[in-house]
Amino acid sequence: MGREISNSMTNQTQQSAMSHTVEQLVAVNPYNPDILPDLENYVNEQVSSQTYSLNANLCLLRLYQFEPERISTQIVARILIKALMAMPAPDFSLCLFLIPERVTARFRQFWDEAAKSRHILEVVPGFEQAIQAYAIQVLSLSYQKVTRSILAESINIEGPSRDKVIEHHVGNSGWAIEKNQNKGQLIILPRNEFNRPELKKVLQMVSRWSILPEFSQFLVDFFYGDLL
Amino acid sequence: MAIAGTMGYEREQQIPGDYDPNYVPDSVKSFVVHMYRHIREKNVYEIHQMYETSFQSISDRFFKDAPWPSVDAVAPYVDNDHVFCLLYREMWFRHLYARLSPTLKQRIDSWDNYCNLFQVVLHGVVNMQLPNQWLWDMVDEFVYQFQSFCQYRAKMKSKTEQEIALLRQYGQAWNVYGVLNYLQALVEKSMIIQILEQEKEGLEQFTATDGYDYSGGSNVLKVLGYFSMIGLLRVHCLLGDYHTALKCLLPIDISQQGVYTSVIGSHITTIYHYGFANVMLRRYTDAIREFNKILLYIFKTKQYHQKSPQYEQILKKNEQMYALLAISLSLCPQVKLVEEVVNSQLREKYGEKMLRMQRYDDEAFALYDELFSYACPKFITPSAPSYEEPLVNYNQDAYRLQLKLFLYEVKQQQTPRVSTITLGKLAAYMEVDEPTLRTILMTYKHKTHAVDFDGKITSNADIDFYIDDDMIHVTESKPAKRYGDYFMRQIVKLEGVMTDVDRIKLE
Repeated sequence: MGREISNSMTNQTQQSAMSHTVEQLVAVNPYNPDILPDLENYVNEQVSSQTYSLNANLCLLRLYQFEPERISTQIVARILIKALMAMPAPDFSLCLFLIPERVTARFRQFWDEAAKSRHILEVVPGFEQAIQAYAIQVLSLSYQKVTRSILAESINIEGPSRDKVIEHHVGNSGWAIEKNQNKGQLIILPRNEFNRPELKKVLQMVSRWSILPEFSQFLVDFFYGDLL
Repeated sequence: MAIAGTMGYEREQQIPGDYDPNYVPDSVKSFVVHMYRHIREKNVYEIHQMYETSFQSISDRFFKDAPWPSVDAVAPYVDNDHVFCLLYREMWFRHLYARLSPTLKQRIDSWDNYCNLFQVVLHGVVNMQLPNQWLWDMVDEFVYQFQSFCQYRAKMKSKTEQEIALLRQYGQAWNVYGVLNYLQALVEKSMIIQILEQEKEGLEQFTATDGYDYSGGSNVLKVLGYFSMIGLLRVHCLLGDYHTALKCLLPIDISQQGVYTSVIGSHITTIYHYGFANVMLRRYTDAIREFNKILLYIFKTKQYHQKSPQYEQILKKNEQMYALLAISLSLCPQVKLVEEVVNSQLREKYGEKMLRMQRYDDEAFALYDELFSYACPKFITPSAPSYEEPLVNYNQDAYRLQLKLFLYEVKQQQTPRVSTITLGKLAAYMEVDEPTLRTILMTYKHKTHAVDFDGKITSNADIDFYIDDDMIHVTESKPAKRYGDYFMRQIVKLEGVMTDVDRIKLE
């Protein structure tokens, strides 16, 4: 038990040491092809440890621009997913400006199959939760009480996962369940005045996400990063 | 000379057959002798006069379509001074680029000269004071020649075998790493970022002296470092990295005067690229604000630059920024931010087009394309091509990508959002019955529409809707504005209406 804890602490220390070094490299010596492998490793580390660094990822995309034969489509896909998770910051657009068309074009081939498959959301840890969190925030903006089915539809989950999500939030986010004569169970979402200014931006992102097929297309396209 | 070259207009003129690089007319002899003395004596004013005026007039008289005498021919008149020769060659190449078409060999030689010049400066052994105009022109021309080289290299189709062999052999020349690293080195070695920081706390003097050193030292490294930040802003814009571009400019406070405003070329280049980067990042308000300021400034001061070699370029950038302003205002109407003078110029140049751009049709879309293509920088592909067959021209690739992403953004803003929902569903969401919902919707309509004095019904609703049987079609009437803010406000409005309806019910 003790060794497990100390091992995981060593891993954490190793990870933060690595990120510190990479950040230094990016700050001091960014125009240097030798740091490309370090930056690629750093992307993978961001994915697994659920951290994020825009500057390091832009630096890598620039190096890919300078040496296109070294582009890794998988790494590019991961950078884009991480950028999406940074919403409502415009990081996703920033990255697109630096990626040649032939690379992003490849992703669109998988659009149809990707749209039907749910399990691919698990490719990047935290991504699905991040998107759900946004959708839920938007929901609580619109109304305080909502039926289970409307909730599920709004945040795009169905079946047993829906109930799990609801349970989780009842336990952790101050949701309550109320019995209503006509509509069965209603979920009561806590009003969150404090977050309201943020929600404006969130709302913008989600409304774009759900309404723009091309945008959602990009979103789902990159889920297939590992399979490319 | 650098400025005329920055227009990117390369004439297909080669050096005339009767050019003798060793012939040194008296005016040139006199020019180099005096320039050399003034540099040694640090007479900045005289150096500036000679650099700006004499060089120009001698060029016009003797070297309209030919290069100046070779550096080897003039060296004897200036004690073969190494640094002076580097400076002379810098001017020599700049003149060549402006009046003629450089050959590949000349491009490579110019790169070598910049390397030598910057290395001398970076080693800190330079003890001169040079005019800001000249130091700005060096950095500006350096970036311009890099851009020109990338464009040249990308046109592979017409390359001869010798050219391809030479390109392969001199892969270091105008290499993107080299360019970026020199600019970065100048920024770092000059410590300019720290100097600017300390200046804010009163511990340093830089801006107050326009960068000049009055304690017997040299301004060259510091000012080159300063202008290199703008150089980096420009290179990153050419690569499409707008975030990093703006980051490089951060140490310079553009809300104030500074060394960047001491030279008009530097002022315009800074604001043009700052504004452009903000447009690409959808920060239209920031862009509009800065474009407005500089366009007003140019309007008031351009008459004083009529005789200068920068005049054509000033006018060109002026026109490009009006185009960018037209784009920004069409995507984000903010009339209050634009001065009357600038606004009337804008109406004159783009008034009609802006009206058409506010429609959501193909014609509007085509106008965005046209204006963007006119106003955008000359984007580059920084990587070396494959020198194998088949040889292709790829000089338009970078531009096409940026244009495509920009137009994608325009399309988003253009497409009127229509979403439909059944009355039943909306009623369920709002937890009212359908008749109540209909009342609410009618009240909303009533509150947001008015009859104007022509008897016409106008809507001041930001989101509008119509009901078709049991289907509600919601449309945004002003798609140019931020989506989320609107939706938010409508929800608040609707909530307000609901409260009113409740109150009515109770009474």
